[in-house]
Amino acid sequence: MLHLILFLVFGAICVAGAVNLLVQTHPINSALSLIAVMGSLAVEYLLLGAEFVAVVQVIIYAGAIMVLFVFVIMLLNAGIEERTKGSRVALLVGVPGVVLGSLLGAWVLLQHSGASSVSLGAMPGPPKEIAQLLFHDFLLPFEVTSILVLIAIMGAVVLAARPESVHVTKKEG
Amino acid sequence: MDLETFVIISVIKIVAGVIILLTAVAYSVWLERKVVGHIQNRWGPTRVGPFGLLQPMADGIKFLFKEDLTPPHVYKPLYIAAPMIAVIFALTSISVIPIGNWITIGPIHTPLQITDVNVGLLVVLGITSLGVYGVALAGWSSNSKYSLLGGLRASAQMVSYEVSLGLSLIGVLIMAGSFSLRDIVDAQGGTFLGFIPRWNIFQGQFIAFFIYLIAAYAETNRIPFDLPEAETELVAGYHTEYSAMKFAMFFMAEYANMITVACLASLLFLGGWHGWLFGPAWLQEILPVFWFLLRVFVFLFIYIWVRGTLPRFRYDQLMAFGWKFLLPLAIANIIVTALIVALRS
Repeated sequence: MLHLILFLVFGAICVAGAVNLLVQTHPINSALSLIAVMGSLAVEYLLLGAEFVAVVQVIIYAGAIMVLFVFVIMLLNAGIEERTKGSRVALLVGVPGVVLGSLLGAWVLLQHSGASSVSLGAMPGPPKEIAQLLFHDFLLPFEVTSILVLIAIMGAVVLAARPESVHVTKKEG
Repeated sequence: MDLETFVIISVIKIVAGVIILLTAVAYSVWLERKVVGHIQNRWGPTRVGPFGLLQPMADGIKFLFKEDLTPPHVYKPLYIAAPMIAVIFALTSISVIPIGNWITIGPIHTPLQITDVNVGLLVVLGITSLGVYGVALAGWSSNSKYSLLGGLRASAQMVSYEVSLGLSLIGVLIMAGSFSLRDIVDAQGGTFLGFIPRWNIFQGQFIAFFIYLIAAYAETNRIPFDLPEAETELVAGYHTEYSAMKFAMFFMAEYANMITVACLASLLFLGGWHGWLFGPAWLQEILPVFWFLLRVFVFLFIYIWVRGTLPRFRYDQLMAFGWKFLLPLAIANIIVTALIVALRS
């Protein structure tokens, strides 16, 4: 019972944060709404019994990635978004289309939901099990992901390099 | 234990924990002023109460009655929320820190810890990561050049040293085999050769202790890493535009972070609450708390001692030190510890 209440409360916070992210005009408010979404997702993971994943979600997503988002917003001093006039096509076709699409999706999912609802302990919880999965069963994807991240870092360094350094080496060479 | 008893005991522990932490924050400010004063060959507070012991109370009253000025061009929602964020996260990390063994009062048998999560160490690290927001948002929302620069520098510094902080703790984790803070302390019981205690600092995590110490000084923005809030550099950095209670909240958050870091160091490297037990049974339940608080006090004293002694780093020196020296050293510590543990078992 308490489980259901917590799930609904934090699910509502998550959805409200996501909608707020879209609705807000100033990017910093959107970033803070995204942090609220990450936090409530962490609680949802906790309700599934995956405590390690929940805490790591907070540390990495809400505590490092979103900090970088906030840095970028602060440094670029992005102002309030412009709001253009709404489009009539969007209103006449878009809104009914979205409602219809989501109803269709919900109906299909309910048709095929022979499975019981997910219970506590469904996910690997203790860090030991996650370490077993990460470093034993899924070692190759883990290593390949680290190489992907390295490529991303190298790309960022090349993109952010100052153009003068390229000219200087050309003159000397 | 049924649900109502558990909830009531948890609420009592939470209230007691918060009151004790806030009092400790106030008196660590007193301790700092006295110790730094004596290092600088002067007395520190002596007028208000014996030895100046009522000075924190006078400071509290001052902060309550000061004019709470809100500059006109700040971004109000975040300007007001940022100190609250800083204090909330600083006070939350006390919830997983154990200060002693289990105690039995009448029919109630409860650990001296608000909650023993089995990923307790990660919870503290997560809350430290979230504490960066208080600083960054305060700096930005104040709409002033000193605040923005100070806020950005402080958050970049905190994010950089968080990495080394976390990595230095992995050696301890490898040796203890669990994230739960209580388990890590329990793994440090007993002695070598009958008298050297089995604390992690003596069990080979000596370098990790010093990496942790340095990273902790940088995380809490204390000298020698306090460039973002040094008066001679950036007026007051991210809290330039704050006055009265909001400034007091940043102040409290900084000292609460110091105390949390000191508690964590005592638990992970200095053996937690293990110590000499003697006397009747009720005394034996209270003594571990005393030993733990003694360690925390020593750690805070070293914090304040370093503050009174060392000059501060320049910002580029600070960042280079964190990334180019401390991080490789922490990784090397992990490799060596893991090798030794793997070869031993």
